[in-house]
Amino acid sequence: MIPPFETFYDLHREEVLRYLNSRLGGERAEDAFQETFLRALRAYDRLEHAEHLRAWILTIASRIAIDDVRRRRPTDELAEDAIWHEDARPAFEELAPLTDGLPPKERAAVVLRYGYGLGYDEIGGALETSEAAARQAASAGVRRLRKEHA
Amino acid sequence: MTTFSPELDARFRAAAGASGLLDAAFDVLPDTPLGDLLVGVTEHGVCRIHFDPDPERELEALARQFGPRVLRTAKPVERVKSQLDEYFAGKRRGFEIDWDVRGLPAYNQRVLSELARVEYGSTTTYGSLAALTGNPRAARAVGTVMNRNPIPIVLPCHRVVGANGKLTGYAGGLDRKELLLRLEGAIL
Repeated sequence: MIPPFETFYDLHREEVLRYLNSRLGGERAEDAFQETFLRALRAYDRLEHAEHLRAWILTIASRIAIDDVRRRRPTDELAEDAIWHEDARPAFEELAPLTDGLPPKERAAVVLRYGYGLGYDEIGGALETSEAAARQAASAGVRRLRKEHA
Repeated sequence: MTTFSPELDARFRAAAGASGLLDAAFDVLPDTPLGDLLVGVTEHGVCRIHFDPDPERELEALARQFGPRVLRTAKPVERVKSQLDEYFAGKRRGFEIDWDVRGLPAYNQRVLSELARVEYGSTTTYGSLAALTGNPRAARAVGTVMNRNPIPIVLPCHRVVGANGKLTGYAGGLDRKELLLRLEGAIL
């Protein structure tokens, strides 16, 4: 069963804020915090299982941090490495070096799909895009990886 | 260590409450004459009043019944809270609030609608409520519905007593039932 949103929020809010503070700091982190959990709330009833909720919320936070950085410095390349990648799960560690070269959205979709086994609807929720677009980003990422590693 | 501020928490909860995205909102009303009360609402009305709130278990019950987007936030609950305050102060005899009993068995819903018509300051019996809902011999079944009433006080199961006039039972404890009936002047 998907836990009540209250329980989920209570469990992850401090880590999400710490993460956003480290990426953005101060007031911007607080705005991004609010946006992160509102975005999660919008997608929450589409979740199909309660696994990987931490990866899911931190991915949402990292997308929002990237968007925030881009809005302020549209040409900055820093956004490329801003995608959340501090998890120690083996699946992620194996995928992380492989996916380093992907554009952030494709990388997030590939990692959430193949590292965490999330459904495309959940990935869509995390990346604030449609299920179809999430599927497309993941397969574009995989195609790109195949080409690179061929 | 932690930088998490109450202001940031309050800001998110307020925004979530106003977003229209919640399946159910709840708040705990501290220090009512009946102790702390957990009050839950959905977009359709009040859906839960719970004594001795054990939030964790109650939240899971709310999530199962209405959906997982359950969050503590004060604003959506305010209307129920102020009417309860007036009721406890003896200034209100009826509640102008819709209630939400979606997901309950049809029989329970029928009995609860009949219960809602039992007026302030009066009492009825399990047997007569059973008769009103089609089976005079179902007093015991009515007792079970009362025991599982998700919205006590607003749906006044405290006004249902045994045929001999004894208070009989109350999910929130007989003390609370007696206090409510005294407040309403139904017993002295």
